Amino acid sequence: MVEVSALSSGALMRRGPYISMITNRTMNLLIRAAMLFMVGVFLALVLNLLQVQRNVTLFPPDVLSSVFSSAWWVPPCCGTAAALIGLLYPCMDRRLGEPHKLKREWSNVMRCVAVFVGINHASAKVDFANNVQLSLTLAALSVGLWWTFDRSRSGFGLGVVIAILATLATQLLVYNGVFQYTSPDFLYIRSWLPCIFFAGVITVGNIGRQLALYEYKVNQEKTHQD
Amino acid sequence: MTVRERIRQNISAAFYRHGLLCASYPVPIILFTSASILTCCYPLLKLPLPGTGPVEFTTGVRDYSTPSHESQGDLSERPDWYRGPPVAYIQQVLVKAAVSPWDNSLVPVDVFRSPLGRVFSVLEEIRNHVYTDRSLEALCLQVTDLLPGLRRMQAVLPEHGCLLVSPGNYWQNRRDLFDADPDLLKTVHQHEPKGLHTSATLKDLLFGVPGKQTGVNLYSKKRVVTYTITIALSSYDARFVASLRARLKQLHPSANCTLREDHMVHVHFKEEIGIAELIPLVTTYIILFAYIYFSTRKIDMVKSKWGLALAAVVTVLSSLLMSVGLCTLFGLTPTLNGGEIFPYLVVVIGLENVLVLTKSVVSTPVDLEVKLRIAQGLSNESWSIMKNMATELCIILIGYFTFVPAIQEFCLFAVVGLVSDFFLQMFFFTTVLSIDIRRMELADLNRRLPAEAGMPPPKPGPLRPRETPPPPRPSPHTITLQAPAFRNLRLPKRLRVVYFLARTRLAQRIIMVGTVIWIGILVYTDPAGLRTFLAAQVSEQSPLGEAGLPPHLGVAPVFPGGDPTSTLSGLPAPEPTPLPENQSQGHRAAHPEVAPVSSPQITWGPEDEELWRRLSFRHWPSLFSYYNITLAKRYISILPVIPVTLHLSPQEAIDTRHPQDTHHAPPPSIKTSDLQTDLTLYKVAALGLFAGVVLVLLLFCLYRVLCPRNYGQNGVPHGRRRRGDLPCDEYGYSPPISEISPLLLRGHSMDIECLASDGMLLASCCLVGHIRVWDAQTGDCLTVIPNNGLRRSSSSGCWEHRDGGGAVGGQDVDIFPIRRRTTPARPALFGDQPDLTPLIDTNFGLSPPSQALSSSGFDFGGLVEKAYQEHEPSPTLAFPPSPPPVLPPELPPQNNGDWDSSVWAMELRGNLIATGRSSGKLELWDAVEGSLRCSNEDGVSGITALAFLNNRIVAARLNGSLDFFTVEITKPLGLLQYRGPPGRGSLPPSPCYSSEDVISCQLTRSVQCAHQKPITVLKAAAGRVVTGSQDHTVRVYRLEDSCCLFTLQGHSGGITAIYIDQTMVLASGGQDGTICVWDVLTGSRVSHVYGHRGDVTSLVCTTSCIISSGLDDLICIWDRSTGIKLYSIQQEVGCGASLGVISESLLVTGGQGCVSFWDLNYGDLLQTVYLGQSSEGQSVRQLLVLDNAAIVCDFGSELSLVYVPSVLEKLD
Repeated sequence: MVEVSALSSGALMRRGPYISMITNRTMNLLIRAAMLFMVGVFLALVLNLLQVQRNVTLFPPDVLSSVFSSAWWVPPCCGTAAALIGLLYPCMDRRLGEPHKLKREWSNVMRCVAVFVGINHASAKVDFANNVQLSLTLAALSVGLWWTFDRSRSGFGLGVVIAILATLATQLLVYNGVFQYTSPDFLYIRSWLPCIFFAGVITVGNIGRQLALYEYKVNQEKTHQD
Repeated sequence: MTVRERIRQNISAAFYRHGLLCASYPVPIILFTSASILTCCYPLLKLPLPGTGPVEFTTGVRDYSTPSHESQGDLSERPDWYRGPPVAYIQQVLVKAAVSPWDNSLVPVDVFRSPLGRVFSVLEEIRNHVYTDRSLEALCLQVTDLLPGLRRMQAVLPEHGCLLVSPGNYWQNRRDLFDADPDLLKTVHQHEPKGLHTSATLKDLLFGVPGKQTGVNLYSKKRVVTYTITIALSSYDARFVASLRARLKQLHPSANCTLREDHMVHVHFKEEIGIAELIPLVTTYIILFAYIYFSTRKIDMVKSKWGLALAAVVTVLSSLLMSVGLCTLFGLTPTLNGGEIFPYLVVVIGLENVLVLTKSVVSTPVDLEVKLRIAQGLSNESWSIMKNMATELCIILIGYFTFVPAIQEFCLFAVVGLVSDFFLQMFFFTTVLSIDIRRMELADLNRRLPAEAGMPPPKPGPLRPRETPPPPRPSPHTITLQAPAFRNLRLPKRLRVVYFLARTRLAQRIIMVGTVIWIGILVYTDPAGLRTFLAAQVSEQSPLGEAGLPPHLGVAPVFPGGDPTSTLSGLPAPEPTPLPENQSQGHRAAHPEVAPVSSPQITWGPEDEELWRRLSFRHWPSLFSYYNITLAKRYISILPVIPVTLHLSPQEAIDTRHPQDTHHAPPPSIKTSDLQTDLTLYKVAALGLFAGVVLVLLLFCLYRVLCPRNYGQNGVPHGRRRRGDLPCDEYGYSPPISEISPLLLRGHSMDIECLASDGMLLASCCLVGHIRVWDAQTGDCLTVIPNNGLRRSSSSGCWEHRDGGGAVGGQDVDIFPIRRRTTPARPALFGDQPDLTPLIDTNFGLSPPSQALSSSGFDFGGLVEKAYQEHEPSPTLAFPPSPPPVLPPELPPQNNGDWDSSVWAMELRGNLIATGRSSGKLELWDAVEGSLRCSNEDGVSGITALAFLNNRIVAARLNGSLDFFTVEITKPLGLLQYRGPPGRGSLPPSPCYSSEDVISCQLTRSVQCAHQKPITVLKAAAGRVVTGSQDHTVRVYRLEDSCCLFTLQGHSGGITAIYIDQTMVLASGGQDGTICVWDVLTGSRVSHVYGHRGDVTSLVCTTSCIISSGLDDLICIWDRSTGIKLYSIQQEVGCGASLGVISESLLVTGGQGCVSFWDLNYGDLLQTVYLGQSSEGQSVRQLLVLDNAAIVCDFGSELSLVYVPSVLEKLD
């Protein structure tokens, strides 16, 4: 092994327009934000449908009887929130320098989304004996979700903070009569709402990280070139 | 040994034995598992098929009493939902009305205006009916508000009162509004939804009969109007209903009506799945499929990817079925909606284990027996599998203790599912995997058999313009492209997409799947409707159907309505024989033979008995849902229908006419009416036809695009192919053949020992110690620096033999065990003679070649002749092909180079070649002129590795010391620099030296005991110098001040490979087969993986992954951020260990006489370029990737320059 063959580390080459577009930071950010927004809107629509058809939430009647069963402002709000959270997570990861240790694969992300939908499903469909039990179960499930798919302290912290903020916002909305819950048990809302928010934050954060992985790869390449 | 370790070992051993078992007896085990799956699924047969259609139960009317809430065990025939009172009792009054006799003075509107008008009187009758003291008001189902979303229906549906619907609701049950309505049809149709609908419409609700049968249209052939008045009763009073029935019958006698009146039908509705509920369900399924897709995509390196993916899915699915079956067997009846929890179950059970197993098995050494491979793979992963399973069981156990029935049930299913999944993985999937691996092995065997080198190519194939003539003896090479992996280097992206579409037949499949799903949805949501439709089709097509053919219409009066003996419901009225005795209508019937128009005929048949069956099965749920009453999991009781027949005289019809009615179009002819009734059918047919034509066109286009014109004519594009298995997939089209021709750089007489390049120049050093400098772009030999005092000639190809001293450098074999045995140097003979030294056995190394040639003792004749023949055609190639651009001045033999020792290490920067010799001497040569610029003899121990960065040279010595040298240049003024044009990309920031410079090389620092043992690897990048030694440690030095920053410990063997790049990523591989990734800034270990059995021989990183090769002939690709093995490539035995990364996704590896290009993203072999015909046995040991997407590798005594043109194309 005496060879000192300087295996030149990767070829330094020009990139095509597609790559350069991806590498463009703002462009990449926009693409990611748009994708996350769409994910958020979609999940909001679907999950709201679950809740509405079970008469958990009541919206003003006119807009009922269509797929877009919630008020028009709910999906965009959720989408924006998803975009923000999904961008925030990788950003925070980078800042804290705490690498995501778990397997970062799309199959895992899909699994996470499925579990999230399942939690929503359970909250809407399973008949629990009382609300405390329901909320505790969902909380356990959410923490389990975090443990299975995230396991980073920063993720947990951000999830909790955002869940609290979102809960507060919902309280205010309900207080101002924008919409209402059928059987509120936690001030004006359902007590499981924070758990759902937490699980949602974890899920969206997972998606955001996975998306950011591409940018990370390309960017690394770029710095490498420089 | 801890308990954990012991458990781990036991598990591993058990899995090993199990793997052996599975791989040894695949067929019996598969049979056994299939049998057990079937056995476990057997109880499923007893379960009802899932569906949301309503369930019926019929009881007699006479002895009916409201069922009690308590279940009565003895009445086994009663369904368990038949408990408690129903939501409502539905009493329908079926009205059939007709204007008869029909005469030509009547307009089409008359068909339904007056019959509809009569609804108000019947309604009045019903509302005012009183039996003893009970009125309808007391018995009927009182409804409150409509749902708030249904404001537009408020005018039509009743509110705050009895739920009593009839067509009269259209006009608020007021006769005056009806009479004032100019256009009844418009009123009726204004509430109809647009477009396709499957559920009940308002017209259906109010008329209570399917829309087609109402007869309320202008083109009705039968001219009989049918509608119902639907009364929902909250409590059942037999006497009241009976009296109502009697009263209505008395008022409006139905003559030949033989409807049965003794059965009431209870209809139980299951939980509805509306479109709103379907969407989340569909979403979960989409997520599920995405999950399965992303999971199975990771299966690699197997014979049949799809087969294994299918096996994986089958494993999961059948484990689910088994769990349900087992649960049923032990008396746990599933109450959850299977369709809804199914995706979650799959996600919980997961496909991970299966994939992990596959990967583990695939990454075992390929030369092992299949049995052993399976066993090893299993036992490698046994611990993680068991751990995962235990974790999942724990989670589920926690879920079980929530004591929520639904979750408990889910958990129960999940536990059984997990266990059965484990069983199936262990038995079914492992066995399938073993079969697959065996198949792959066989395929490999077959592929290797016809492996022979191809003929020389017909065209010389220089892929770029070259000044030098192409070599007369073209280098033999062959290209193999893997047939299934269709990703040719040259294929542009769009073509790949097209090929992908064609390969997977995506379009057709999507269309097919779409159709199937559509049909599925149709059947699922509206089975009753479909049934109705089918029934209608059947009755229409039957020749006896009354509506079938217009000529039969005339005969209609002779037929009585229905067969009284037939009690079958749902079947079209069988009218086998015309009964002559029809009583009541006979006198009213016009003479069929002469009448131009037939009179309407009111008939009652068994099909009228349960007319509600023809309605959408969502009819009742939707009616009740308008009042926020759900029928889900509840039932309604439908009482026998009360028939009412109304006959109206033409005069009455004319009297009730609205003034505008006559403005309507005159009665259309029979023909147009036929057209009109069948218009929907034609529409559908036209639509279908159109869709079909579009589909055919689409497919045709696809075919034209994808298939070559000469499809089916054999042999046209195959002329240039040399190997039978060249790419031509099963569809007959083939990718363009890209030929990569290696450029052989000949000149060295012995095996090449060192290779260095800086992008522009290429320096090589052979065992003898000759250094040759080549132009990396053209492959021209620029300079030759001969060894042992041969007078350097300026590339004229001949030098004089100055010092016959001969054998040097052969004695260092024992000093450094890793080095190849060096053979003694042979003095070259004549420039235009073939070099015969490689032909000579080293045992005779001491005998001078001239003796060997003349010796009669050894028959070298054949060999020599062959060498001459080989040499003959290319007299100009072997030695410098063209006049060099620079003719360096003839230097006096003042260079006091060290000829006694061999070159162990060489580096090239700028145009300086740094060589480290076994004597410990460091020399700097001018690459262009071939002159020795300076030398340093400070060290004694041999230099094992060199690094040349900026103006510093780091030399690692055999005794473990590390010397830092500084190259100082004192530039005279006004110098000219010789350098080629700067290459593309950025060149390393190395200074250019001109011949006038005075270059001195000074030892700045010497670290005496850098390592305890010889330094094996030395790499420098990003201002750091990294050394790896046999003492198991890696050290990081700063280049500027030669200060040791870190000593990295973590390997349990000598370091054999190190990679560091500008991004400060450091990876090291050791003899223990481990790979460590370090953070150079902090000195911490980022990840640590066991990669290979045996030494890690080479390490390269891209931005996303780490590629390592080991002595076990395996190339592993790891994810850089997580350290997870992405996949591994099994190479042939004894292939080279050299690796290079050309671009982010293109990996090149050296093999036996060839280099292979791999797609890093997929792990597919893209191309194999054979370097030469004769030297199959020689393996590529060193491989350098140059900037211009060329690779240089040593190939025995030759260098091979391979351009990868397609990479350039792609990047441009």
